[in-house]
Amino acid sequence: MTFSNDSHFETRTGDLIPSLQAILSDDSLVIGEEPMRPYECDGLTVYRETPVAVAIPESEAQVIAVLKLCHELGVPVVPRGAGTGLSGGALPHSQGVLLSMTKMKSIVRLDPKNQLAVVQPGVRNLAISEAAQPYGLYYAPDPSSQIACTIGGNVAENSGGVHCLKYGLTVHNVVRARVVLMDGEIVELGSEAPDSPGLDLLALFVGSEGLLGVVTEVTVKLIPSPESARIVMASFDNTTDAADAVAAIISAGVIPAGLEMMDQATSAAVEPFVNAGYDLDAAAILLAESDGTSEEVDAEIAQIEALLQQCGARSLKVSTSEQQRLLFWAGRKAAFPAIGRISPDYYCMDGTIPRRRLGEMLSAISEMETKYGLRCANVFHAGDGNLHPLIMFDANVDGEVERAEQFGAEILELSVAFGGSITGEHGVGAEKINQMCVQYNAEELERFHSIKRAFDPQGLLNPGKAIPTLHRCAEYGAMIVHGGDLPFPELPRF
Amino acid sequence: MQDVIEQWQKQIANAAESKRHLRIRGGGSKDFYGRKIDGEPLDTSPYSGIVSYEPSELVVTARAGTTLAELEGTLAERNQVLPFEPPHFGAATVGGCVAAGLSGPRRMRAGPLRDFVLGAQLLDGSGSLLNFGGQVMKNVAGYDISRLLAGGLGTLGVITEVSLKVLPGPQYEQTQRLSAGLDEAEGLLRDWSGKPLPISATLWAAGELHVRLSGAESAVLLAAKGIGGETLQQSSAKILWQQLREQELPFFVSSGTPLWRLALPASAALASDGAINEGELLLEWNGQQCWWRTALSEETVRNFAATAGGHATLFRGGDRSGDVFTPLGGAMLSLHQRLKNEFDPAGVFNPGRMYPTL
Repeated sequence: MTFSNDSHFETRTGDLIPSLQAILSDDSLVIGEEPMRPYECDGLTVYRETPVAVAIPESEAQVIAVLKLCHELGVPVVPRGAGTGLSGGALPHSQGVLLSMTKMKSIVRLDPKNQLAVVQPGVRNLAISEAAQPYGLYYAPDPSSQIACTIGGNVAENSGGVHCLKYGLTVHNVVRARVVLMDGEIVELGSEAPDSPGLDLLALFVGSEGLLGVVTEVTVKLIPSPESARIVMASFDNTTDAADAVAAIISAGVIPAGLEMMDQATSAAVEPFVNAGYDLDAAAILLAESDGTSEEVDAEIAQIEALLQQCGARSLKVSTSEQQRLLFWAGRKAAFPAIGRISPDYYCMDGTIPRRRLGEMLSAISEMETKYGLRCANVFHAGDGNLHPLIMFDANVDGEVERAEQFGAEILELSVAFGGSITGEHGVGAEKINQMCVQYNAEELERFHSIKRAFDPQGLLNPGKAIPTLHRCAEYGAMIVHGGDLPFPELPRF
Repeated sequence: MQDVIEQWQKQIANAAESKRHLRIRGGGSKDFYGRKIDGEPLDTSPYSGIVSYEPSELVVTARAGTTLAELEGTLAERNQVLPFEPPHFGAATVGGCVAAGLSGPRRMRAGPLRDFVLGAQLLDGSGSLLNFGGQVMKNVAGYDISRLLAGGLGTLGVITEVSLKVLPGPQYEQTQRLSAGLDEAEGLLRDWSGKPLPISATLWAAGELHVRLSGAESAVLLAAKGIGGETLQQSSAKILWQQLREQELPFFVSSGTPLWRLALPASAALASDGAINEGELLLEWNGQQCWWRTALSEETVRNFAATAGGHATLFRGGDRSGDVFTPLGGAMLSLHQRLKNEFDPAGVFNPGRMYPTL
């Protein structure tokens, strides 16, 4: 299956490979279909594409040289970190160079005194916390892929994690990025000072999905590891009560370190996997974590327990050891692979909604299960309204892929109708490009394109992703009008 | 309210056509800030009111002309706050607050204003009314234009509406006062910042260090014991931090000498550079926001800040027609100019407020 990338270039690729060979060492340049196979997709494996070449620079100087070369030849460039992204953001361009940043993986400077780490883009998220751990510090954003994903990719996607309700997203935890623009110019965005002169281009850059520049160095904030952390696990007879409990906790002035919900389908799928002792008769399970000093945690856990009880929790368990805390989390963190075990394929959605609409959303999803004849399990970053419905299907059964796609599109469009967003943390990439036409009107999309022009006038960096052309939206608009009866069924869309 | 937007759209179109400049203005509380510019006022104050407030969602949406006083009053009824504790400097409006991007004492703990911007509505140079971001905590669809507008001084357009993340107000607060010279204060602040202490604001001036602790009462009391010094009465502590936020402390009373704001990395050690004694000093945010009332030349002050790894802004007084903000390097400046040209091709919005060529 291929993604119909609607960007095409008049490239002068004849000179490309020899020129790349002049810049990069032999083991930093991958060419040929077979050796490039590992790079043909990212975490969204339904889209695959073969680039012209894969460049794996070892230094900023090489990044600059590759970008300058491609700029001169009019060759598109797709930056890539560990390739764990879930929206096809690192899907190669058939006419372009895939720029893998994984060889630039040094921790340049760890500054425990000032609670900062300066790292190259290919450093893994978890490796930063591991390096900081001896100093009692860690890097807060913890996307589920943190063992593998890189900080450069995190910056591109503005990655979150289960603790972002209290500790923020990547944008809140990165203070500086050194960026090479498509023409080879270097800009420093942000600094170690609390702010920088001029427009806040760092805030704009984080989450720009590799369309504005290539990061060669990042400075992140480290924070003191909490002295203590405990978790409450509560089960509910219906999801509405669980959603009300989330609102009650927040309204009472408590911001838990993590606040997660799983529906019955999810807990049933994960329990055999992890044996966490989830209540399998419950319609919803809520996990609320508190961290801080022991005094703070004890007080907050007591408050959370009381609130959950008032909201009709049928049972409550509080972790009494670090081992138990991790066990309670294990199921939530294993939700995706567990669904992968019970269904041949699944499609993970990433909409956000105002939390108060959760009940309505879950009822609507339940109706859609009937409508499309597919099952769906729901995990929810309840604290910040980020819903991950996991639509289960079998790609080998005729029509199921298409039904899963329509199911997903309907969820995303309902998220927008509820005042939310089509993506909370996975990014638009290739996957949700059509839904961007639902969330934004033509004038807003044009403003996004104008930002792209300011950074990359030729539009060579990661083209065709994240921001749809108006032409694409016009075509998609026609599809929406026809509802479930899509024209051009032969067109590959997922 | 729709008529106000339509009137502004006409004003923008007329200005673009006749090549006139517009000076976007809310409550006028920050007229002193940035470079001095001329231009026909575009008054945002008529476009006011809280559009929606959902305490359990931790989000409030308000029109640009809403005063901060009204907004914070509404939040206070539900014991919630704007975590970045913005200065009012008079009748500040929400639009002006976001456009100026200034944060107050609690910024050192809570984070800067831009961290709390969830969405914004903007009138750009073509008069299009555009919505970016939204009311949800997490939204990575499209570039984060709403955060780009924070601190943009109206360079890119008129902010008409903003959605902000709010947080519960602190459960308990207490302020400690210690005697400490600059050197000693910098050492103490550095030690404390490496520990998980609930410090929400710091103030050092004239040999006195004030530390505000916020959080669960038990944690605050325990931390206060460790920090030591004398505990301020609740009422005087409240007045102190408010006067600091509003720049009403005696230090800020104008003496005719320019007031510089230095934003510095945590690694900066002011006491180690003798030049800092040329004038008066007040430090916030663990020493990372440094107010310096000095007659030293612009070049000297800027060099001092740059050597320390930060930057300097001529906050009040001095030559308002020169470089008030630290000039940008070549690639950064042209990036700024390209963005300005895309959002505001006719150059009607606050030209020159941030930089002479922007």
